[in-house]
Parts: sequence; structure tokens; C-alpha cells
Amino acid sequence: MLRKLTLVVSVLILASLVLAACGPAATPAPASSDSGASADQPTAAPASGSGDTAMPAQASGYGEIMNRVRERGSVVCGGRTDLAGFGFLDANGNNKGFDIDVCKAVAAAVLGDPEAVEIVPLTAAERGPALQTGEVDLLSRNVTWTSSRDAQWGNFTWIMFYDGQGFMVPTDSGITTIEQLDGATICVTSGTTTELNLADAFRQRGLNYTALSFEDTATVYGTYEDGRCDATTSDKSQLASVRTGFQDPSAHTILDITISKEPLTPAVPAGDDQWFDAVKMVLFGLVNAEELGVTQANVDDMKTSDNVEVRRLLGAEGEWGQADLTLDPDAIAKAVAAVGNYGEIYDRYLGPDALNIPRGPNKLWTDGGLLYAPPMR
Amino acid sequence: MAASPPPVHIPRATGQIPLWRDERVLRWAAQLASAVFVLTLIYLALANVIAAASERGLSLGFGFLNQSAGFPIAETPIPYTPSDTFRTAFYAGVLNTLKVAGLGVVLATILGTLVGLARLSSNWLVNRLALVYIEAHRNIPLLVLLFLWYRGVWTTQLPGVKEAVRWPGPTYLTQRGVFMIWPHLTPTGTPFAVMLALGILSAMAAWVVLRRIRERTGRATYFGGVSAGLLILFPLAGWFLSGGQPLAWDSPQLQAFNFVGGVHLTPEFVALLVSLVMYTAAFIAEVVRAGIQAVDRGQTEAARALGLSPAHVLGLVILPQALRVIIPPLISQYLNLTKNSSLAFFIGFPELFTVSRIMINQAGRAVPVFLMMMGAYLAMSLITSFILNLYNRRIQLIER
Repeated sequence: MLRKLTLVVSVLILASLVLAACGPAATPAPASSDSGASADQPTAAPASGSGDTAMPAQASGYGEIMNRVRERGSVVCGGRTDLAGFGFLDANGNNKGFDIDVCKAVAAAVLGDPEAVEIVPLTAAERGPALQTGEVDLLSRNVTWTSSRDAQWGNFTWIMFYDGQGFMVPTDSGITTIEQLDGATICVTSGTTTELNLADAFRQRGLNYTALSFEDTATVYGTYEDGRCDATTSDKSQLASVRTGFQDPSAHTILDITISKEPLTPAVPAGDDQWFDAVKMVLFGLVNAEELGVTQANVDDMKTSDNVEVRRLLGAEGEWGQADLTLDPDAIAKAVAAVGNYGEIYDRYLGPDALNIPRGPNKLWTDGGLLYAPPMR
Repeated sequence: MAASPPPVHIPRATGQIPLWRDERVLRWAAQLASAVFVLTLIYLALANVIAAASERGLSLGFGFLNQSAGFPIAETPIPYTPSDTFRTAFYAGVLNTLKVAGLGVVLATILGTLVGLARLSSNWLVNRLALVYIEAHRNIPLLVLLFLWYRGVWTTQLPGVKEAVRWPGPTYLTQRGVFMIWPHLTPTGTPFAVMLALGILSAMAAWVVLRRIRERTGRATYFGGVSAGLLILFPLAGWFLSGGQPLAWDSPQLQAFNFVGGVHLTPEFVALLVSLVMYTAAFIAEVVRAGIQAVDRGQTEAARALGLSPAHVLGLVILPQALRVIIPPLISQYLNLTKNSSLAFFIGFPELFTVSRIMINQAGRAVPVFLMMMGAYLAMSLITSFILNLYNRRIQLIER
């Protein structure tokens, strides 16, 4: 028995070795040689000094992801392929969607090529670990920004979509309020804030419910459509998107209830402030471009605009921090030329000709919405 | 030139053989070297985990287990609400795994044995049916079976709650699962419960003791009858002790969304259990068949020649010998069933793996949760194989 136990334990250890080996392998391979001067930074993590392999570059951080992206020649984006509007595959198998275009904008700004992206499809539950381990350079997969995720996962950049959690029910059920859902079975995606908000909302109101959770989004909505659940819950934008794929979209109603704030925000791994800032600036650039009337079509003409703010944004005059972030002066111009400004991205996938989700809070602040990017100067 | 003949045998004196050729020293050195190798491997692995974790600012502690979990779990054998701790959530997952694995092992053994015997039947139809069943289930991935039973059959083919199929008695079959009538003890039912337990225990004891006496002495002890009598008498006495109303029936009632009351078997649980049982039973059937065929044909012939009935031939001669061959691979099948239950993840039954996945995400702590999960599966498997190995040792042929 003892011998057997020993054997088992060593197998266990081997398993954890493999497990552990997966982590580093995903990250630092290309980063091992660059920024060599940083080996002895005082900020180095307490990595017991033994690490002279891939660790110094990791520990020093600043510029590390940026360099890794440049060396690799592509941005690895955590995304999804199963949500119309936000991240999906078109008829030719290309990644498309609001979140995907955010990635492409970053790739265009940093590498000059919007197609230099590698989309890694992630489930809701895989997002956190993928960011923590640095498996992706950018997580753009309708992730809700919360304080504990910010503390644990990495750095959240800037809110790109203001959303709220709602419920979808079969129209013929006649349900209009959350109280009417007392005793209901509700399909939900596991590992999400949605799951937690659902629990909070029903607990506060003292309602009973059964939450049936699946990790795979397709199973969540498939099971709901089968009738296994009385309702399903998620971000309203997601519900609207999913409903378009149902056999009979009009048979399902999204209730006029919002139980949470869901600020959907791209995030980057912790540790590289340069990369963090650069991604933020690109996002600011997309929003400011809309505010200043710079579009995919007129971006080249606008470089000679009378408005100095426009010229500065597009890198034709002055500076908004490009040099410090090692970006080209016309980084934002490249991003807008590749995917358009914020409004154009929104309209392409979520606007009246697409999923038709009203912009609501996602209008510019000048139009009464919440979109308000810091000035670029 | 004294040509002395070569010595036939040199007695091994310790001093004569150099260390590097001394077999005992070499053996020790080999042991030592492999120990160093394994320990180094362990050290490197642990150091790697710790370094990788601290580098990414990941916490390896287990303190989070006392925090509130926050996420709901669809069905739990113990009371659980989202305000309970991660620890409770994890236990709920473990218990769900134990529930499905325990039931699955029992049912798969019964079904597997029946199919295995059917496979050996001389009736052509029975034999072929068993063959089709075995080949179909052995050659389809379990995950496919799981989805077939869950989405293919249960949630799409069965009627909604309001159109439920009513079985005899207040039992309903719907796409939301099976809602069954179920007894529960009334306040005066305690004596009945106690007597029922006593009845079962005494019947088991009587069976074992009387049977042993019979085997030793050859006297008829009527162990079957005595046990059955005890099993009936005790609960009957308890029934009257508790005033004739020890049990009440809890029957499902249709409410706004669902049936409430009675026992609810969810489609996730049923689909998982059915798939695991049918899949594993196909393998067990082959194990049983192999075990029986491993018993020499002469044994059957000899038993028949002694005038034993076919049932006695099987029960007293064939099976005891076949069991020696059957048990070891059977243990593997039990372990497989337990581990395969983690596929429930895909259909949302909240067993150990599913709950752990959610915990990893909601607590943001992958390494500790993975270790806990591996530890739990390891413990379950080791305990199962330990118990079955004890049994295996008992039934082995003791050679004299």
C-alpha cells in the first residue's frame, strides 16, 4: 500500500509539473531575450534568485508585453466566436464583431496592420486565468469590469460598452417583473458576474429560484430555447444578440428590468504599464475620433483639418504621448483607417442595420450618453 | 607447474569484492539515485509552481475558502445558498460526485452483469441484442451519449411541465425531469425508522451467521427465511408502535413554473446517470463475459454431472471462480465511472469538476482549486480501489 501511495504521489507531482509548465510556456518564450538591462531591477518579484531563465523580463514588466507583441508581429487577443455582434465568425470563417474590431484597432495602432491579430476563443470561465497567466495580450470579450477582477486578473483599460443585466422570457409566459419569476428555473453562464448578480437580486427580494449554469454559452441558450428554463439572464446586449439566432426571435421578450451595472471593458495582463497605457490611448482615440468627426472614410483628409485637436489626434501636428509609448505618431489614424471610429464600429455590428441595439448610454457625452474619453494632448 | 583446477565456488567474503562490484552496494546506489531523481523532480515542480505564481501575483493560499461563494448551485445534497462559503460549495460538488458515482456503480454492475450473461445466452436473439448493445455503447464517446440523453432526448423530446406525462400514481415525466411521490416520516414516525434500521441490520447479521453455520455443519439453517422474517417483523412492530401512521406521502404539485414537493430528479442528473451507467455497463458486460469464459468448461460439466440445477451451477460453481478474474478489471471500471462523471460539466450537473471550474473563476484562484480537485478525485479513487482490493484478496483462490 505504501509503495502504491508513493507512486501515486509522484504521479500527482508530475501532473502538477505539467500543469505548471503550461503557464510559463505560454508567456515568456519570445520575451526572454529582450530588455536585458532590466535583469536586476529592484522591483523584481521574490523569485528566489534562481531564475535566470525567463523571469527577469517578466519581473521588470515595463514595455515587456509591447516588445513581445512587436517581436511576434501580432497581438494575441482573448475573444469569442459565439456571440453575434460582439465576437463571431462570418460566412468565410473570419473573426468579426465589436470586440474583435477593438483588437484590430490596437493591432493597427501598434503594428500598423489590423490583421496582425490572433484571436483565442475563450469561455467565460477561462477569461480570468488567461489574463492572469499572460496567455493573451489583450482580453476583449465583453468582460465586466469589477473591483475584484481588477485586483486579481490584470488591468482594466476603459469602458467600451455600458451594459446592464436583464432577463429574457418566452413572450407567452406573460412575465413582466422580476417578482413573477419567483420559483423559476433560470439558465445562466457559469463563471460570470451575471451568475453572482442573479443570486444577489433574488436574495434581496427574497425570491426562490434554481440557477442552471453551463459554461458553454451555446448550451445556456440552447437549453433555454428547449424550454428547460423559464428564463435566461445575461447582459442585455448579449440577450439581444442571442435572440437573433433563435428559431423564432419574436417568441422571446427581453424584460424591461436592469439588475446590475455591466461596464464591458477590455483588459490587459498586469505588469506592463506601457502596454496598458498604449491600449487605453487607442480606445480613447476611437472615441475622440467620433467626437471630432474623424471617420474611416475621411481620416486622410482630416490630417490637414483646420482643427488642431484633429491634427494632433492623427499625428499631423504635436504630440499626445506617442513617443513615450513607442507608438508611431499616426497610430490613431491607422486605427481609425482600419476599423473606423467608435460610432462606426458600433453601427457596423450593433446599429440599426445589424443587431439594432439602441446606443442608449453608449452615446457620446455630447449627445447625452456616458462615453467620455480623456483629451489627447 | 602445479596445474591446480579452477575453483568451483569462491565463498563471498565482504572484503574481497570492490564496492563498485558489490551487488548490495549497487542496489542501494540505484535506490538512492532514483530517490534523488524523484525528489529533484518534485522540488523542481514545486519551485516552478511557486515561482510562476508569485511572478504573476497569484495567491496560493487556501484562505479564500472561508469567503462567501456568491454563485448559485442548481442542486445540492446539503443545504447551500450563494451566501455560504466556497468550502461548502466544494463539499456540495464532492457530494454530488459521490451521489452519481455511488448510484452509477451499483446500477452499472447490475446492468453489466445482466448484459454479460445475456451475451453468453444460447438464445440467439438475446445473445445478439446484448452484442448490439455492447458494441454500440463501447464505440460511441461518452460525451456524445451524454448530449444525446440530455439535449437529444430529455429537454427536447419530453413535454413541458404543463403537459407532463403522468405515470401511475402522482409521478410526472417532463422535460424538467422526473417528479416523484416520496415518503417522509411523520412526527410520530421515529420508532418505525428505528425498527426498520434494526430489521435490516438483524436480517443481515442472521444471513451471515446462519449461512456460515450451514457451510460449516451442513445442517439446514433456513437463513433465507429467517432473514426475510426479521426484515418484515421488525418494521411491522415499528408500524404499530408509532400508531399506524409513521409515513406520509409527499406528492408533487404543479405550481407557477414547476412541480413542487416529492422528489425531483433533474434532467442533468438523470442524463448523466443514464449515460454513465449504460456506457460503463457495456464494459462491465465484457468483463463479466470474459470472467465466466475463463472458467474451464469441465467445471460446468462436472457440476451438471453432480446434478446441480443451472442456477446452482452458475451461483455455486461458475461465478465464485469467475469473480477472481472479474474483480480487478471491474475496479478499473468503477474508477473510470467516477472520473468520467466529470463530463457532467458539459450538461451543467454541478458535480466536483463543474463546481471547481466555477470556483476557479469566481475566486480567481486556479492552482489551489486544482489541487483540491485532484486531491478529492485521488482520495475517492484510492478509497474505492482499497476497499475493492480487500474484497479481491478475500475471494482469491487460496492455494495450499
